[in-house]
Amino acid sequence: MSEAVVSNAPAPKPTPHVKDNAIIRFEGVTKRFDRVMAVDNVTLDIREGEFFALLGPSGCGKTTLLRMLAGFETPTEGRILIDGKDVADLPPNKRPVNMVFQSYAVFPHMKVADNVGYGLKMDRVPGEEIKTRVAEALELVKLGGYGDRMPDQLSGGQRQRVALARALVKRPRVLLLDEPLSALDAKLRDQMRSELTSLQEKVGITFIMVTHDQDEALAIATRCAVMNRGVLAQVATPADLYEFPNSRFVADFVGSVNLFEGVLERDEQNEAQVRCPEISSPVYLDHGVTGARGSTVWVALRPEKIEMHKRKNGETAPKMEDAPAGANVAAGIVRDIVYLGSETNYEIELESGRRIKTFRSNLTRYDQEDFTWDEPVWLAWHACSPAVLLS
Amino acid sequence: MEQTWRQAKAAFAAIAIPPLAWLLLFFIVPMTVIWAYSFGENTGPTTIDFTGTFANYMRAVEPLYLEIFGKSLVVAGLTTVLCLIVGFPVALAIAFASPRMKSWLLLLIMLPFWTNLLIRTYALIAVLREQGYVNFTLEWLWNNASGLMTFVGLQPLGEYEPLTLLYNNSAVIIGLVYVHLPFMVLPLYSALDRMDRSLMEASLDLGAGHMRTILLVVVPLAAPGIASGVLITFIPALGAYLTPDLLGGTDSQMIANVIERQFKRANDWPFGAALSFLLMYLTFAAIAMQALVQRRSERRR
Repeated sequence: MSEAVVSNAPAPKPTPHVKDNAIIRFEGVTKRFDRVMAVDNVTLDIREGEFFALLGPSGCGKTTLLRMLAGFETPTEGRILIDGKDVADLPPNKRPVNMVFQSYAVFPHMKVADNVGYGLKMDRVPGEEIKTRVAEALELVKLGGYGDRMPDQLSGGQRQRVALARALVKRPRVLLLDEPLSALDAKLRDQMRSELTSLQEKVGITFIMVTHDQDEALAIATRCAVMNRGVLAQVATPADLYEFPNSRFVADFVGSVNLFEGVLERDEQNEAQVRCPEISSPVYLDHGVTGARGSTVWVALRPEKIEMHKRKNGETAPKMEDAPAGANVAAGIVRDIVYLGSETNYEIELESGRRIKTFRSNLTRYDQEDFTWDEPVWLAWHACSPAVLLS
Repeated sequence: MEQTWRQAKAAFAAIAIPPLAWLLLFFIVPMTVIWAYSFGENTGPTTIDFTGTFANYMRAVEPLYLEIFGKSLVVAGLTTVLCLIVGFPVALAIAFASPRMKSWLLLLIMLPFWTNLLIRTYALIAVLREQGYVNFTLEWLWNNASGLMTFVGLQPLGEYEPLTLLYNNSAVIIGLVYVHLPFMVLPLYSALDRMDRSLMEASLDLGAGHMRTILLVVVPLAAPGIASGVLITFIPALGAYLTPDLLGGTDSQMIANVIERQFKRANDWPFGAALSFLLMYLTFAAIAMQALVQRRSERRR
């Protein structure tokens, strides 16, 4: 199914710095802790120059995968290749990767400059060169002139920049970031997001980020891998992940979604129809689904893709033939309203009693007044909007 | 609700007075008496006059006693250094052991605390004496080596000469290290266990090997723990009495043995008191140095 669907995807954002070669390759990597399967047979290529995100709920194995790459954990099975070379025998201090830790791990007993120069000193780089490279690295993360400070004189955001500079100054092949934004406050996080992307484009190094925050992954990454219980659920660009999820888990984890269980009634080249008990009329789709007729499927409908219209009391749903071309219509009643400023979230009760979410942009200053509690509404969505999931 | 002692004077008094009274009665008062003795003179077998003389202190800084003070400092210092060298890897190993293993290892470290010092010291004598287990083991190895050499057609080794491991200065140091090792390991362990593991991982990640990570990151960050371990080992080692008494030879006297002799055999309480207070001032100096280290490392973070 996914192949037919992906062709509908919008062109990915231009990323000229991404090359074709796989700089990192996981081959059937499995990690067991005692009896717990942390990472389960992961095979994944990460291309040079990518800003790659490992996304998933806590305990899904994403951090273990990152730590195996850094050399802090050894795979139970499988191989990890960096630049085509198996790194199984390389300890962390011999790998061409550097890590920015979640806690930043800035050495509290060293000046900023000594922190940043630490890795170069370990590589026995001459003192003069260390000086200039440290200054460059601090300039790069906008901490020029902070070299003589002690870490306790810095804010959390500044300490993170020290950790970034400390890793980047070694010019690693790959930079690993463990939940880089989780400890920052909301404003700083937004700022750091865009700084990370521009920094990555500037230095041209492959970045791999671990995060549990899907907004963060969508905003920053060129490609994401969603993990669930140690297994790769889906690997795709942010837009494909959101618009063309391959499973209920991905649809639900990335963004908000209304999921309906249903039976595939009709499946042709250019259209399909799913009967969902919770929606009074069948859901019409303007594309084919590769599934056996009569099989159980799930319809995933994003809240912002549902339009709301006024409905007179007592008016019932139009028949399929009467609905506007290519549209799906369902009747409902507004049960809850959450006003968020830029948009308003509504909870609508369908005729079946099922409640679903819809988001509506407040295009004018009066839009939020359009609908009130217990008001009957029509819900409509385009035939290309729902994603049909087989698992 | 936050309260200061001013708001509940009665409650505060009820809590604070008993321990204060205890300290006053059983610590401050006796110490003051001894302190006063150090400025007194023996006028009879049981009578001491408080004459305000400095003669006792003048005698205490005579070369004979200064030498013993110096020797005690050296022995205690060596003990502390050896405890640190032996204890640091042990503490590191415990801090990195799995949680289940950790509690067993800590129990092993604590176990000697629950045994009487005298028994432990006599047990050490049983191990170290000429017919002790160390010499038994060495003799067995020696005889086997000798047998092996005859077997391959070489001259057999001579008769085994048991090593003299007791009643000398090394016996005292072995005993002191054995007794004081837990005092060193526990503060080191707690400092290392608290340390943020990602700091060590960051050091490895940046290209440092394990030795350099320990030297450049672990040791500096564990400095407060090392300082308190050093202090808590050094102070009791400096005033050690039983160990040099039982394990030492005639030349292994430490200052506490001299003090004991003044109070008992020599019946010269004023001089014993003066020596005791000199020892206490040395201890204060050590505590002051530890406080300095602590403050410097605190200012850094």
